[in-house]
Amino acid sequence: MNVLTINNIKKSFGDNEVLKDISLAVNKGEVVSIIGPSGGGKSTLLRCATLLETVDDGIISYMGDDVTYIDAKGKLCYKKDLNKFRKVFGLVFQNFNLFPHYSVLKNITDAPIKVLKRDKNEVVSEAMALLKKMGLEGKENLYPCELSGGMQQRVSIVRALAMKPEILFFDEPTSALDPELTGEVLKVIKQLADEKMTMVIVTHEMAFAKAVSDRVIFMDGGVIVEQGKPEDLFENTMNERTKQFLQNYNK
Amino acid sequence: MIIQMSQGLGKTCAIFFLTLIFSLPLGIIIALLRMSKNKIVSKITQFIVSVLRGTPLMLQLLAVTYGPYYIFGVSVSRNKLIPVVVAFAINYAAYFSEIYRGGIESISIGQHEAATILGYSKFQTFVRIILPQVIRRILPSITNEIVTLVKDTSIAFTVSYQEMFTIGKQIANSQTSFTPFLVAGVFYYIFNAIVGFVMGRVEKSMSYYQQ
Repeated sequence: MNVLTINNIKKSFGDNEVLKDISLAVNKGEVVSIIGPSGGGKSTLLRCATLLETVDDGIISYMGDDVTYIDAKGKLCYKKDLNKFRKVFGLVFQNFNLFPHYSVLKNITDAPIKVLKRDKNEVVSEAMALLKKMGLEGKENLYPCELSGGMQQRVSIVRALAMKPEILFFDEPTSALDPELTGEVLKVIKQLADEKMTMVIVTHEMAFAKAVSDRVIFMDGGVIVEQGKPEDLFENTMNERTKQFLQNYNK
Repeated sequence: MIIQMSQGLGKTCAIFFLTLIFSLPLGIIIALLRMSKNKIVSKITQFIVSVLRGTPLMLQLLAVTYGPYYIFGVSVSRNKLIPVVVAFAINYAAYFSEIYRGGIESISIGQHEAATILGYSKFQTFVRIILPQVIRRILPSITNEIVTLVKDTSIAFTVSYQEMFTIGKQIANSQTSFTPFLVAGVFYYIFNAIVGFVMGRVEKSMSYYQQ
């Protein structure tokens, strides 16, 4: 079954049509990278998929369950209980967006305890195991401001994983990091890919996208220009726009 | 004289604490109404706040105390503490609301988005994620208002509420002496020194993280 299905979604900000009829399906265990120039609609697509933005038209569904419906007047509406869908996915932000007043541990455990109403001891022990796995052992009582950017981003990945999502979205997870720190974050994402975590990653790290993805999507001008296996797209693309973009990147 | 005036100090403290207890939460509610997406609610709130901030507290106090008599013919209550606290709480809530609003708007949208993605309800997001950060940021401005409140309690003399300053004024009149005012000044200064100390400790206790 597809974890995420997006059919013919459109999104405009005023007169600016940012997404023009995008369709995309993500299978369980699949890792999809989205690349493309800034302003091409990658982040907007991710924000629509994670329900931070509403689409103007089209269908988004998780685990076969539609998020939107058409009412009697033919108008596109979002279902009332969106939190049901939010339990299915997680999102890792470019700027981490950790809660600065919470310790690392509380950042991770607060939502599972307060939102999912899970048992505290169980959540804490799972969180500790995840921290260890991400190389953050012993950092649980520190505050985000005491960590490097790379560590903060790894904590935010743990925070998303602690909600046990079916699919994890990444919005340029390394763009706010020093080049020296991107490696440690990419390593963690690679590790998740090896464990068959379903992921959609918007990134500018081409080598990473090539190494980690099952499928790469190239987006520009609000449309999916091309998609395919990483080796096909990166090495054998026939598409002029894709070629041009990749060449500029390799310079 | 000092004994008489310190007896009034209890009532000064009553105005002070009751005003804070009511105005601090009320300020949050007003701030949220002011930020409401409903334009009518927001505009009405904005107008009320502008009136409360734009007219003297003394006038508002007189209106709350004697207004019911002139408008509805209700006799003026003998216990003046109620109208004093009502007037003070509403007035201070208006000031606090603008401080809260500034604080709430200064929190990055990313904090709201992160909380939304994690499934926090709007109420949980506000209480658990936004408000604690807001309080930390606005504490210095709140302290400023609290210091002003200590001194503003003396305005209660206009409705003859027997707080410290009112008693001091009465003694000063009967003895034709300026000394009670000096004593009152010392009392207010000490009161505010304590406020400053306590708020300093509160600020310190919240500065365990960087903003």
